[in-house]
Amino acid sequence: MAEITLEKVVKKYGAVNVVHGIDLTIAHEEFVVLVGPSGCGKSTTLRMIAGLEDISGGIVRIGERVVNDLPPRKRNISMVFQNYALYPHMNVRENLGFGLKIAGEAPDSITKRVDEAADILGLTPLLDRTPAELSGGQRQRVAMGRAIVRRPEVFLFDEPLSNLDAKLRGQMRAEIKKLHQKVRTTVVYVTHDQVEAMTLADRIVVMKDGRIEQVGTPMEVFNHPRSTFVATFIGSPPMNLLPATIDGGAVRLADGTVVPVPERLRAFTRDGQKVTLGIRPDDISPVGHGLSQDGPGAEVGMVAELAEPLGMESLIYTRLAGQEVLAKLYGPRIVQPGEALIFRMALDRAHLFDAETGLSVRAD
Amino acid sequence: MSAVVESQTSKQVKRAGLTALAFLLMVVMCVPGLWVVLSAFRPNGEILAKPPVWVPENPTFDNFRKIFGLGTDQVAIPVGSYFMNSLIIALTSTLIALAIGMAGGYAFARYRFRGKGGIFLGLMLFRAVPGIALSLPVFIIWSKLGIIDTKLGLIIVYVSLNVPFTIWLIDGFFRQIPLSLSEAAQVDGCTRWQAFWKIEFPLARSGIAAAGVFAFLTSWNEFALASQLTRSTTSKTLPVGLLDFTAQFTIDWAGMCAMAVIIIVPALILTFLVQKHLIAGLTFGGVKG
Repeated sequence: MAEITLEKVVKKYGAVNVVHGIDLTIAHEEFVVLVGPSGCGKSTTLRMIAGLEDISGGIVRIGERVVNDLPPRKRNISMVFQNYALYPHMNVRENLGFGLKIAGEAPDSITKRVDEAADILGLTPLLDRTPAELSGGQRQRVAMGRAIVRRPEVFLFDEPLSNLDAKLRGQMRAEIKKLHQKVRTTVVYVTHDQVEAMTLADRIVVMKDGRIEQVGTPMEVFNHPRSTFVATFIGSPPMNLLPATIDGGAVRLADGTVVPVPERLRAFTRDGQKVTLGIRPDDISPVGHGLSQDGPGAEVGMVAELAEPLGMESLIYTRLAGQEVLAKLYGPRIVQPGEALIFRMALDRAHLFDAETGLSVRAD
Repeated sequence: MSAVVESQTSKQVKRAGLTALAFLLMVVMCVPGLWVVLSAFRPNGEILAKPPVWVPENPTFDNFRKIFGLGTDQVAIPVGSYFMNSLIIALTSTLIALAIGMAGGYAFARYRFRGKGGIFLGLMLFRAVPGIALSLPVFIIWSKLGIIDTKLGLIIVYVSLNVPFTIWLIDGFFRQIPLSLSEAAQVDGCTRWQAFWKIEFPLARSGIAAAGVFAFLTSWNEFALASQLTRSTTSKTLPVGLLDFTAQFTIDWAGMCAMAVIIIVPALILTFLVQKHLIAGLTFGGVKG
C-alpha cells in the first residue's frame, strides 16, 4: 500500500514561506495532479515527497512510514524530471538499468527487467543509443522507463511534458495515462497545464501561493470551482468574471443589466451582496448556436468585437457591463466584427463568487 | 552578382590575412623552442657559430650522453635525481591540487554558503599575485619550519599556486552539469557520494583532466620559486638544474639544451595525450565558469 499523506507540510527558504502547511492524502494507486501557476509551490511539494527538499515542518508519510528524514533512495519512489535527467554518458540500456545495478540486482535480472520496460514503452530498438542520439519524445520515454523499471511504490512526475511540442505532448499524455493503467502505482504529477491536469488526473489539487485552493476530481473542479482563482485557472478559455450585486433576487451587473440568480444558488445569496458572476465561454452563445437551449437562461444583446473561427465553432470577443467577455458559437456560422447578436447565458451553469473573498457562495 | 563575388573575394583575402598572421605568431612562438631542440643535437661550437647554423650539420646524441654521464666527456650533473624530484613534486602537488580543486569546485558549483562570492574572488585575486613576490616571506617561513630545500616545501607552494585555478576550472564544469542528474541518481538509489562518483565525476572528467594538466605543467615548468627554495640534489627540480650548466666563466649551451629537451618531452607527451580533453575543458568549462 502506497498511500501518501501530507500533514501540515511547510517549506521555508530562510524567512520566505513557500508552502504554508498543506494537508493532502493521496490514495493507493491514485493519479493525483498538482496544478497551479509558477511559484505556487507545487514542484516544491513534489520535491519534498521525493526527499530532494528538506521539510521545514509537518509530516510526510509514504505508506505507513514517516519519510521526513529519509533520503530519496530509501523512499521507494521514482521520478521523471522536467529535463528528463538522463545520464549522458550511459546508453539507454544503462540508463534504464542504473537503479537496479545500484540496488545490487543480478545482471540477468537487470537485463530481463530492462527488456520488459523497454518493451512496454517501445524502446527496444533504441537500447544501444545514448541520450544525445534520441529525440525529445524518445528521451521522455526513456525517463519514464527508468522510473518504471524499478517497480517503485510511487511515481513522481515533475512537469514531464513541458519541453515537448504540442503534438508530442498530446501523444505522451495519452501514453502516461495508458502506462498508469498498465502499471498501477500511486502517481503524483506536477504541471502548470490545466489540460494535462484535466485529462490525466483521478483527482486534481489546485495550488496557489503555497496553499491548496481546491482538491477534487477533474469534473468537480471544473463544474464547481471553489474560488475565482480555480474558475479562471481550470478550463480554457478561462471563465468570464463579471462584478455584480444581488438585487431583489436578481444579479445586477455594473451597467444595470439584470439576470436572474441561478436557481441552485438562490439559497446562498442575500440582497445587497457584492458578488462576481462567473460564466464559461461555452455557456454564452448566440441564440440558436449554443450547447443547450433548455434550462434557465438569460438573453443579453452584445456586439461582437472580434471572432476567431475554429472550424466547427467560433470564439467571439464581446463586451458586457464594460468588460471583455468571451463567448462561443457552436456551428459553422461566421460572425463579422461589429455584428450585434443576442446571446443566451446558460444560467444553470453559471457561478457566483463572493466579491470580497473570491470564494464560491455555495457553502460546499 | 558582382557584389556577391566581391564580398566573397574580400572574405578570401581576410581569411588569407588571418592565416598569415596566425602562421607568423606560431613562428614567433615556436622558433626558440625549435632552436633549443635542434641545439640539443649539436656540439657547442655549432651553437655559437656566426653566422648561425640552423640545421645541425653533424647531428649527435653526445649532449645527452654527457649529461647522463654515459660518454667519455662527463658533466657532473645529477639529471636523474632532478628528473625524479620534478616528477615527484609535480605529480604530488597536482594530485593534491586536484583533490582540493574538485572538492572546492563542487562546493562552489553546488552549495550556497556565506561569503561564497568573496571567497571565490579572493581565490582569483590570489592567483593574480605573482608567485615570486611571495618568495621572500615564503623563504623565511619555510626556513623557520625547516622545510626549505625539501620536496614537501615545494609541493606546498605548488599546491597553493594551483588550487585557485583548479577550483575555477572545475567549478565551471560542475556548473554545466544539471543538478537534476545527481538528484535522479539519488532517487535511483545512490547516496550523494555515489551520485557524485558515478554521475557527476565522469561528466566533469574533461575539466578535471584539463585542470590536472595545467597544474602539472605549472609545477613541472616553475623556475623562480623553486630556485629560491631548493639547493641540493634531494629537492632541486629540472628547471633549477638547468642553472648547473652555467659556470663562472662558461655556459654549456649544448648540455643545457639537451636537458631542456628532457624537460619539454614529458610535458609535450602529456599535453598530446589529453589534448582532446584539454580543448573541451577550456572551451566548455571556461565559457560559463
